[in-house]
Amino acid sequence: MPPSQTTSSNRTSDEPEVGTRAIEAGLDALDSTATLPPGPSLGKRFVRTVLPPIVFLAALVGVWQLAYDAEIKPSYALPSPGDVAEVFWERVTDGSAFEAIWTSLSRGAVGFALSLVIGTALGLAMWWSRWLRAAIGPIVSGLQSLPSVAWVPAAIIWFQLTDAAIYTVVLLGAAPSIANGLLSGMKQVPPLFDRVGRVLGLSTLGRTRYVLLPAALPGYLGGLRQGWAFAWRSLMAAELITYSPQLGQGLGQLLNVGRELSQMSLVITSIALILAVGIAIELLVFAPLERRVLLRRGLTTT
Amino acid sequence: MATEQLTVREPRVRPAARPSADDGRAAAVRVSGVSQVFERGRPPVLDGVDLTVAPGEFVCLVGASGCGKSTLLNLVAGLVQPTAGTVEVSAARPALMFQEPALLPWLTASGNVELALKARGVKRAERRTEAARLLSLVNLADAGPKRVHELSGGMRQRVALARALAQDSKVLLMDEPFAALDAITRDVLHVELARIWAEQQLSVVFVTHNVREAVRLGTRVVLMGSRPGRIVREWDVELTQPRTIEAPGVSALATEITSELHREISRHAA
Repeated sequence: MPPSQTTSSNRTSDEPEVGTRAIEAGLDALDSTATLPPGPSLGKRFVRTVLPPIVFLAALVGVWQLAYDAEIKPSYALPSPGDVAEVFWERVTDGSAFEAIWTSLSRGAVGFALSLVIGTALGLAMWWSRWLRAAIGPIVSGLQSLPSVAWVPAAIIWFQLTDAAIYTVVLLGAAPSIANGLLSGMKQVPPLFDRVGRVLGLSTLGRTRYVLLPAALPGYLGGLRQGWAFAWRSLMAAELITYSPQLGQGLGQLLNVGRELSQMSLVITSIALILAVGIAIELLVFAPLERRVLLRRGLTTT
Repeated sequence: MATEQLTVREPRVRPAARPSADDGRAAAVRVSGVSQVFERGRPPVLDGVDLTVAPGEFVCLVGASGCGKSTLLNLVAGLVQPTAGTVEVSAARPALMFQEPALLPWLTASGNVELALKARGVKRAERRTEAARLLSLVNLADAGPKRVHELSGGMRQRVALARALAQDSKVLLMDEPFAALDAITRDVLHVELARIWAEQQLSVVFVTHNVREAVRLGTRVVLMGSRPGRIVREWDVELTQPRTIEAPGVSALATEITSELHREISRHAA
């Protein structure tokens, strides 16, 4: 084995032998996060994420069928999966399912948009004013745990059986979550970011616009997601109770029709539709939005 | 141990109370009689500190933890107002670099630099090209579109340096900017910083508790004592640049400053 190379240290120049730029470029290449290995193949992803819920649902229907066959409950209380599928199909083919979904969803969207504006304004106001935060902070947090169905009687007395009554209930259900999400997002912004803004010479407004709000985005998104869940729940509660021809037929009202006709198949169909809309909004809107924000910031890898 | 062969002049030692350098030119930074009390009844964090930084000077502040060197830097940056005394800075807004890169994670490397340009009022059309120029100055010409989390620690700190340079201030304040980096990366960044300091004719105030780093980079090293924070002694570093952290001259002066630092720290032993 050759002796290890030793270099005498009495070089006259202090200049490094290899150019700094070359060392730097080498370090950058070594340090940089290696490109992530390619994600699992489409087939694997199907097996991992799509297959399990399908298998579970199939098992659920199987157990249901067994319970029906064993006649645990009379058939008017526990219809067979086939009966429900028939009613479901009827509602889909005659278009009344889509009508109900559209009625509820458009109402939910308007109510949520209203909550978005008011909740965001409220969150910002609570951030700016320490006094306001102390004064209404506990109430806003408390409102989150108040079932919004409790507002239905009051809303009906104020606005009679109109869309305004429903929007009021949705607003009182969703706005506190959005305000709280924004506020907690802003509270979690590292103070260092604000110092950066000040060092760069940004005004208070500039720091809010370019530093504080973007930094608070993940928390805000969490609030929006929760706000939508509350809005949807509040909407169903309101629709279930308020019932009048001028309100049209939303999913909640459809559920109520099922109850009044003692038609369990329609009740289950309505619940399935309500659940499906909730899952669809989560999967199509909030999950991708959150994933995109977190990926950009390196807060998640999947 | 064999005595080291010094190839440079012995460093000249100056008394602590340095006469204010009134040579006609305005100082880059002038701190006069500054005291800082954060809590009433507690000993001041800084007590009667005088420090003048001439244009083009590279002043390194060294001292034990809690000697108020970061506080002094924040005062010069204008982030804190002094309890007593005055702080004058020739630049309207000195640039400041922290120990953490403090890059905004939702922006790209270029976006971070562009934000500093935007804050300065640079027009949108010019921001992109100016940011690219600044990034290539720190040898990161290709990193512009990368996200912060895709960069290594050394690269992030270079982006932070580019962002500080984007403030176009002749006064650059640095608060232990290389403390969290590995030794190899740090050596390389020393070379980059020394080059940029010379090219851009910056006045630098550099806080560190690495004495060798201070001697490696500075034209002057200021030793601060703790409780209350004050200036104990100063050394002019009369070694030629470029120099390396291993150079015998750097080593000799660092040894001297370190023993003075140890003496200062041991005063606080019960």
